[in-house]
Amino acid sequence: MNIEFRNINKSFGPVRANIDLNFSIKSGTIYGILGENGAGKSTLMKILSGFYKPDSGQILLNGKPVIIESPADAIKYGIGMLHQDPLDFPPMRIIENFIVGQKGGLIPSYKETIHEFKELQTKFGFTLDPEAYVDTLTVGERQQLEILRLLWMGANALILDEPTTGISAQQKEKLFAALRILAEQGKTIIFVSHKLEDVEILCGKVAILRKGILVGELPAPYQTDKLVEMMFGKVITLGDRNNVSQSNIVFELKNIFVEQYPMRIENVNFRLQAGEVIGLAGMEGSGQDVLLRACVGLIRPISGSVIVIGKDLTGKNYHEFMKNGVSFLPASRLEEGLVPGLTLAEHFTIAGEETKGLFIDKEYFKQKAEKMIDEYHIIGHQSSTVESLSGGNQQRAALSLLRNSLSIILLEHPTRGLDIESAIYMWGKLKERCMLGTSIFFISGDLEEILQYSDRILVFFSGHVSPPLDAVTTSLDQLGQLIGGKGWDQVFDIQENYESNAKS
Amino acid sequence: MNQMQNRSLSFLFQIGGLILAVLFVTIILVLVDAKPLDAFRLIWEGATGNSTRVASVFVVWVPLLLVTCGLLATFTAGLWNIGIEGQITVGAIFTTGVMRLFLGSSVSPVIVIILSMLAGMLGGAIWAALAGLLKTFGGVNEIFGGLGLNFIATALNIGLIFGAWSRPGIASMSGTEPFPEQFWLPTFQGFRISLWSIGFAIIGLVIIYFLLQGTHFGLRLKAVGKGIKSAFRMGIPTWQHMMLSFVICGLFAGLAGAIQVTGVYHRLIPSISSGYGFMGLMIAMLINFQAIWLAPIALFFAALNIGGIQLPIVMKLDSALTGVLQGSLVLFVLLMQGVKQRFAEKK
Repeated sequence: MNIEFRNINKSFGPVRANIDLNFSIKSGTIYGILGENGAGKSTLMKILSGFYKPDSGQILLNGKPVIIESPADAIKYGIGMLHQDPLDFPPMRIIENFIVGQKGGLIPSYKETIHEFKELQTKFGFTLDPEAYVDTLTVGERQQLEILRLLWMGANALILDEPTTGISAQQKEKLFAALRILAEQGKTIIFVSHKLEDVEILCGKVAILRKGILVGELPAPYQTDKLVEMMFGKVITLGDRNNVSQSNIVFELKNIFVEQYPMRIENVNFRLQAGEVIGLAGMEGSGQDVLLRACVGLIRPISGSVIVIGKDLTGKNYHEFMKNGVSFLPASRLEEGLVPGLTLAEHFTIAGEETKGLFIDKEYFKQKAEKMIDEYHIIGHQSSTVESLSGGNQQRAALSLLRNSLSIILLEHPTRGLDIESAIYMWGKLKERCMLGTSIFFISGDLEEILQYSDRILVFFSGHVSPPLDAVTTSLDQLGQLIGGKGWDQVFDIQENYESNAKS
Repeated sequence: MNQMQNRSLSFLFQIGGLILAVLFVTIILVLVDAKPLDAFRLIWEGATGNSTRVASVFVVWVPLLLVTCGLLATFTAGLWNIGIEGQITVGAIFTTGVMRLFLGSSVSPVIVIILSMLAGMLGGAIWAALAGLLKTFGGVNEIFGGLGLNFIATALNIGLIFGAWSRPGIASMSGTEPFPEQFWLPTFQGFRISLWSIGFAIIGLVIIYFLLQGTHFGLRLKAVGKGIKSAFRMGIPTWQHMMLSFVICGLFAGLAGAIQVTGVYHRLIPSISSGYGFMGLMIAMLINFQAIWLAPIALFFAALNIGGIQLPIVMKLDSALTGVLQGSLVLFVLLMQGVKQRFAEKK
């Protein structure tokens, strides 16, 4: 299916998300849409898949102008969208999920559908068990399920929004192979990403968006520098580790034992130095999140103690930790981080350290919000509600809300879903704080990020926690093996050496 | 620009809801063979026809306004305080109880009135706090807790009227023995309305408006209502704020109950809350929880209530018809909000 965008415009309040976009996508190609967060990629795709209506402009499918009213309408036209977060029904079995979208027929035929399902998935080398429950699947497997479902419902064009976030390298290869097969069959694949390497190896042509405008289109092969320049308008380099850790201990875990069903973490001992950055590596759900939450009083450890700057805070709640200079930035920004429905100015009012009287000095906090918006390059207005910001800008806002005088910041996936520039920016800001003596504890699924920014690394594998590894002497391969559960004997040798060294 | 458009669009849809509600009631009137225009005129005249009627409208307006003020606090914290009816009733019970203590004593009636009204506020607050405690520590949803507490309050009220506080010899649905006149809130010459109670209502409205719009506490309450987990993580003690919003609402409801006793009925009667709590819930939804619209809309509802009294007298229609109008108004306005939202999403 040939898809053409003509003069697409879309604004959200004062923010212009898409400005006069014009380009077309030929059938049988894998077409990349590249841009940093807030560039307007997702908005355009949501217009194509019927979630939004454009303010003006037209979409042409195979040369015919169409009006796509809803996602259901989009699938009628043969457009299927694979979302960043798979929208399936976790407590159901795969095959039931598959049947849900089926049209007609009072009683679905399980046998037939299972047969068709198996036939379809072998074409792509997927090996899903149709009887398995969806909540036992990994993100990558859910993605495979969703692709199969969309194809089965008759999708001729597939939109993939950041599909390589949260899936393993192997699953990525499978996904790319499947996409190539689909393109050969004449389907149109639109691949939305901010990951240069993925776009480079997969896409035949790429459109680059920046601040809602189409900067240009490039055919393969690509020059990375050129792409980066088009995306950001300038050339950027990664930051470094800064090694500012000082010898005084700000945080200590002693024989910590935490359990949150089904995860169980035993006997963790750890000391954090001022200004140090510690990365927590591991597959998602290996226990990092549980330990991190135990460190800030959101989960109560069964035994052991948590000591913050010499003060035993074991069993205290999160607010007590906050009072002692600990702050936690969770991954789910709009559920645990920011309050949807409140404006940025209102967030600064609540989070501010200023002594507060009875009445709010609205003018003061408006100005403060504007100052912070400027300082943290948030694209938004002091009166914008947080849910109207893009993901990257929400993350910047959450970071800007952290108090100045913190001794420890704990972060869950600080740069997940952010483009390179935003990620580097985040880390720049965090490192500024490290220079002032703040320590950082962070979880990331991105091993390179962990190696890049940590001083020491804790590796998690199904509830086991490695002794702290020195980031400088750890390689990407080694880390990759460890999170996959290999090479742990060696690690414990290190620990023994470490302990005997400590004793002697 | 855009915001202006959005607002005028909202207004249009709201007017649309009003028209639909009137149409709906008109259809009902036609179905029961009444002349709709006559009925509407009758309601209008019933509410504004003479000064006694206007005064009566304000007698309803005061508790309605107070109760809704309280409900704005709980709604802001994201709570559905269905227990509001019980909180009014318990407020009235506490007021009556304190007043009975001073019957025949030599304490100045002014002090007795003040004490009994404060007791009423306390009673409302206690009943609301119970719903809050059940939610916070018992995990009982405030809707179910409030509903249960409403039944208990009603039973308690009836029990007192027919039992401990019954009139000597003739316990009846007409309530307890009326208090002597010096214990009444002073009223306008010849009218049922007291300037004092209107004063309380206006002060209450001003307090709640500034509390919710201008204070740190109000903003934190809003944060709790909109995203409790995030609010907690931003350092707001969440359950404490929810409890406080319950208590604030209970104070308002208790005051309304106290005014019903001291200023309107001068005794405890079985239906002392007069359904104002539920009506307050409707008003709060109708004004989309914005205090700024509260006074006029509550006045409108009060006028419907008083005007509706004429229906059975003149047209042999049930006065519940105004309830139908009020209810359908809320339903249609909410419906139109939903329609508007869908309309806006499409754009």
